[in-house]
Amino acid sequence: MALKIVKGSIDRMFDKNLQDLVRGIRNHKEDEAKYISTCIDEIKQELKQDNIAVKANAVCKLTYLQMLGYDVSWAAFNIVEVMSSSKFTYKRIGYLAASQCFHESTDVIMLTTNQIRKDLSSPNQYDTGVALTGLSCFVTPDLARDLANDIMTLMSHTKPYIRKKAVLIMYKVFLKYPESLRPAFPRLKEKLEDPDPGVQSAAVNVICELARRNPKNYLSLAPLFFKLMTSSTNNWVLIKIIKLFGALTPLEPRLGKKLIEPLTNLIHSTSAMSLLYECVNTVIAVLISLSSGMPNHSASIQLCVQKLRILIEDSDQNLKYLGLLAMSKILKTHPKSVQSHKDLILQCLDDKDESIRLRALDLLYGMVSKKNLMEIVKKLMLHVDKAEGTTYRDELLTKIIDICSQSNYQYITNFEWYISILVELTRLEGTRHGHLIASQMLDVAIRVKAIRVFAVAQMATLLDNAHLLTGSMQRNGICEVLYAAAWICGEFSEHLENPLQTLEAMLRPKVATLPGHIQAVYVQNAAKLFATVLKSQEGNTDSTTAQETSQLMIDRLPLFVQSANLEVQERASCILQLVKYIQKLQQKDVEVAEEVIALFAGELNPVAPKAQKKVPVPEGLDLDAWINEPPSESESEDEQPKAIFAKEEPKHSRPRHTEVDEKELARRREARKQEQANNPFYIKASPSSQKVYQDAPGVEHIPVVQIDLSVPLKVPGLPMSDQYVKLEEERRQKERAEKKKKEKKKRKEKRSGRGKKHDSGPESEEDITPAHMVDIVTEEMPENALPSDDDDKDPNDPHKALDIDLDKPLADSEKLPVRSHRAAEAPKSPAEDGDAESAATQEPKKKSGKEKREKKKDKDRDRKKSKEEKKKKKHKHEEKEEDLLGGQVEEPVVQSEETSEVAAPPTSTTAEVSDLDFWLSNAPVPSNTQEAATVAAAEAAPVPEAALGAAPDSEPDEPKDTEMEETKSSKHKKKKQKKEKEEKEKKKKKKKHHHHHHHSDGGGEESVQNGTVEEEEPLPPMSNYCLLAENSYIKMVYDIQGNLQDGSQVVVSVIFENKCDSFLKSMEFNVLDSLNSKLQRPEGSGPHDGLTVPFQLPPGVSNEARFVFTVQSIVMPQKLKGTLTFIVKNEDSSTHEKLDFKLHFTCTSYLITTPCYSDAFAKLLESGDLKGSSVRLEGVNMPFHHLLARICFHHHFSVVERIDSCASMYSRSIQGHHVCLLVKTSGQTVSIDAKCDEPTLLGNVLDEIKQTFSQC
Amino acid sequence: MIKAILIFNNHGKPRLSKFYEHYTEDTEQQIIRETFHLVSKRDENVCNFLEGGMLIGGSDYKLIYRHYATLYFVFCVDSSESELGILDLIQVFVETLDKCFENVCELDLIFHVDKVHNILAEMVMGGMVLETNMNEIITQVDAQNKMEKSETRQPETIS
Repeated sequence: MALKIVKGSIDRMFDKNLQDLVRGIRNHKEDEAKYISTCIDEIKQELKQDNIAVKANAVCKLTYLQMLGYDVSWAAFNIVEVMSSSKFTYKRIGYLAASQCFHESTDVIMLTTNQIRKDLSSPNQYDTGVALTGLSCFVTPDLARDLANDIMTLMSHTKPYIRKKAVLIMYKVFLKYPESLRPAFPRLKEKLEDPDPGVQSAAVNVICELARRNPKNYLSLAPLFFKLMTSSTNNWVLIKIIKLFGALTPLEPRLGKKLIEPLTNLIHSTSAMSLLYECVNTVIAVLISLSSGMPNHSASIQLCVQKLRILIEDSDQNLKYLGLLAMSKILKTHPKSVQSHKDLILQCLDDKDESIRLRALDLLYGMVSKKNLMEIVKKLMLHVDKAEGTTYRDELLTKIIDICSQSNYQYITNFEWYISILVELTRLEGTRHGHLIASQMLDVAIRVKAIRVFAVAQMATLLDNAHLLTGSMQRNGICEVLYAAAWICGEFSEHLENPLQTLEAMLRPKVATLPGHIQAVYVQNAAKLFATVLKSQEGNTDSTTAQETSQLMIDRLPLFVQSANLEVQERASCILQLVKYIQKLQQKDVEVAEEVIALFAGELNPVAPKAQKKVPVPEGLDLDAWINEPPSESESEDEQPKAIFAKEEPKHSRPRHTEVDEKELARRREARKQEQANNPFYIKASPSSQKVYQDAPGVEHIPVVQIDLSVPLKVPGLPMSDQYVKLEEERRQKERAEKKKKEKKKRKEKRSGRGKKHDSGPESEEDITPAHMVDIVTEEMPENALPSDDDDKDPNDPHKALDIDLDKPLADSEKLPVRSHRAAEAPKSPAEDGDAESAATQEPKKKSGKEKREKKKDKDRDRKKSKEEKKKKKHKHEEKEEDLLGGQVEEPVVQSEETSEVAAPPTSTTAEVSDLDFWLSNAPVPSNTQEAATVAAAEAAPVPEAALGAAPDSEPDEPKDTEMEETKSSKHKKKKQKKEKEEKEKKKKKKKHHHHHHHSDGGGEESVQNGTVEEEEPLPPMSNYCLLAENSYIKMVYDIQGNLQDGSQVVVSVIFENKCDSFLKSMEFNVLDSLNSKLQRPEGSGPHDGLTVPFQLPPGVSNEARFVFTVQSIVMPQKLKGTLTFIVKNEDSSTHEKLDFKLHFTCTSYLITTPCYSDAFAKLLESGDLKGSSVRLEGVNMPFHHLLARICFHHHFSVVERIDSCASMYSRSIQGHHVCLLVKTSGQTVSIDAKCDEPTLLGNVLDEIKQTFSQC
Repeated sequence: MIKAILIFNNHGKPRLSKFYEHYTEDTEQQIIRETFHLVSKRDENVCNFLEGGMLIGGSDYKLIYRHYATLYFVFCVDSSESELGILDLIQVFVETLDKCFENVCELDLIFHVDKVHNILAEMVMGGMVLETNMNEIITQVDAQNKMEKSETRQPETIS
């Protein structure tokens, strides 16, 4: 019975599940929105209930609604509740919902840290799996930082299911928290050889993704990947690896040589098209990287092209598409081998599939030659006529222009033909590329002097027929060509046959409907034409023509004087007055032509597009410095349309600068508008039809009657490009005939056997001479222009932060944070800055270490070289010292991957690098590597444990070598300096990022930091780790953190640092338990057994271990005595050592940073449950925000609110005691009023705070 | 990397949307609409790759899709993924759905979008391919479903 009742009530609660919701929506097709809104109301009711099953059901429905486009972020907290259910069913629903709608600015995310950590360490693998999957979608920088260590542990989980997920998610963690890359990388690398293929595949996946962005850091993994490539049978893995090699080869040509053979083998053997295709792709990449270095790779190219042809000819459109895609890559370096497949590619242009046609178009670009350009373009023009969609037609148009104009019009032999092609293109309806055609016309007319006569004639016709362009094509950009036409006619008016007619055409009333900038050009060039007409009439006894022309100008120009466009107006009124004056002079029979012509004297030279950018900045001029101080408040930024799948790349190399400019401009514009609106004397813009030109080059608003022309336009007098093709053919034939004659003559004269190749004359490129004397004027560049091209890398790329040297050994500062609680965010930001700074101060140290290593690397390389030379010579070694050296050189070679891992980190770097060198310089067959390695190992056998001793041994040799290497190392230094700069920049950026982040973090903390952050000086570095004990072998520092999940536990993190030159192993950590506090020992061990530290310490290395203690009462601080025992292992001896220590559990360590909103805080204080106490600190000499940051950092408080020099702070103990502080400062006195529900605890905490500040 | 996975029917109704990068709900709907528009106007026997268009942004991205009866399966991927590999992956996905739902049809996806998500989660994680072996995927999905079942049975056994 009872069961039935329970079931009944559950049924009632489940009044509508997901299926019901979906069904309901389908049944309410007419009023879907209304229905859904009632459903959402129901869901809100359900979420208010305590039953987790009901909540989960509601959340599940919300996830569905989210897919339909409803914002469900309001339920974020409920989602977190469902996530934290102990039942897998609900947990999964919660995590799915979170993964669908959480993102970086979801504020409840910060509440999930501990829940996720708990799930990650759940004994149930599916709890862990679900948490990992969810986290992969919504990981934030904070989560990444806090959970990196936990996830890293999961990479070694016993279940492959968890391992592969943990490995994959590391990529996301790296992206959000780049500092984790170096500490986690060794383990990631290990996973490449995981026994489970899924885990292996995941590791390959992650490393490939990393290497794709920063390939140079992963070169040293090449041998490992090579091994995988030759051994793996998993096509997914193979594809990834092969793709990765494609990214690596450009950096290391030797790698390419090694790859070609196995790749060609794969190409021949595999049946999987996807694999074959990627192999071909990588072979192409290899060939590109080798370029002309190797003579015998033509076979490989042939193989590739041949395979690609098979793909392109396949009936499967997908293969066809990919074939063309890959072909275009070959084209760049080996155009000849692609050109032979022109037939096939032209055929693809007729394909019904647009994707394929576009690919084929890409290929055409590289296939043209002087010989076939006209033919290809003719074919494209046919396609232009046929093309139905405008996008494809526009694509064709740009391709035609690209093809013709590439490398400085290299392939154009007849510019008359090209001009007529351009003119034909102007007849395209609705194209967006009018400006492109226009700029080509201008470019050709300016730079090819010989063509000007022809060009001017064509442009004049174009102007004459302008109504055909503008009439029916108002809505497109084609009228841009009139801009070019008008300018060309004006500038080169001396070539005009009938300037008066053109002038008349340019002053037609219809011109006033053109966009403003075109009108302006019309007006200006009308003046030029006017000057030419006057000039031509000079000396003519009959001056009527000249006078008529002047009258024409005077009649027509007023139309432009009225223009709303400022530019047009200004030019027109100037010129009008000028003409009026000229007319007066003409009436007096004064000869004016010379003077008028002088107005437009001089020739314009083309300027290279990059010329402006290349002008060197004069010394002492700082372009980034403010001329005026920027306005204090930030202006709202203009919203830019965002590209949806990819972030838009900023167009300029200095985006910051331009952005500021835009902002500034927008502000000024706004201000001007305001001013104009308020100024009674300013004539406000009237909604006249002309007004729109003012700001719109687009001409959409112009009301024009559409002329419907169904007949294709054939402009009378315009040339047809086709006739040129014929003419050109004839011309070439003639030329050839003549040439042959000449050659025959020559041969008769010479009669030598050489020069037979000339027979194939008609085929070779050089024989085709241009029809005109083509004088392409080179573009001008400024004097002492900077030759370098700007770096195109996007500074905002998140992967830039991952450009990290992975071979460098880990430094102490790089350990992943293992603090367990990060819940409260904002108050920590100053502390973090401090951290960053402390890292910065450590930089020089690192640098010097790196320098040394670098030198060593150099040396190793040099030694090897010298050794090789020696081998070649096969002389006897004369000097003993040298001989010794040679012996040592072998060591890095001996080290295969396995040994280098065991070896001490400093040596492993060199070992790896030289490993790579060795591997690369070796014979191309993979098995040889291993053989050689074993042979070398056998040789070096007399030196046992060479790997371990290598580093210190080689040290004494250093001074000898340095002299020789001086020049080299200086080079290296330069490089390094660059690197450092980059790194610093990166750091800066990161800092900025943090700031930004904390600002946007919102919540109660915002009020604390508003506006003050920028002004406040940075904090000194702080660390919670304090010394535990130290002797000549080892140093221990520790930190204690409470455990939120268990009110009776604290976690002690101890960092062990090996200070000596020996290996430390078998470390055992033991503590004498007290009644109150006990070290948690594994089950089955006695109460006095020590805990084994789970790692060994090579010299100079440090590592962190965590120990869990259970405590009963937390109101009093206490100390525990303990001992660390360990074995010091030298090469010849090992000794037992021990170190005593005292663990100090402060009351602070039982506090957990917990955020608290101000209203909750006020309620807490009002409740009256808390008992008060206070303390005064004298002589505290630090800024208030430093003080707060210290309390937050050292004592685990968070700031609730801060007003001037007064702040309220909050923290909670692991057993749930509330601790509230009111901190006030005046001068050097700080008073802290505190309230807590446990007075003893409060007293002790205050004492500890006092102590913190007495120490500084 | 996979940027997004979309399933919609011949009328553009979304049946599953999984974005591995955050967009607002409105943008997501816009993406679905635009993608549908791009994909639906293509003939049956043209290639399964689509590039260009404002939607995808940047030449590094491609849409790779397959059309099954009434449903379109669309993956948006960058150049680190093998085109043919993703096509295979879509096939694996559909076959897995077929096994899990026993002759899958659009209605299954309509009413059990959560299950589809769970299956997908075993194949692709955070935009990276997790597993391509159908049997492995089905084993994991089944094991989790079994757990779910045992949890729903639990309260009864207790009472």
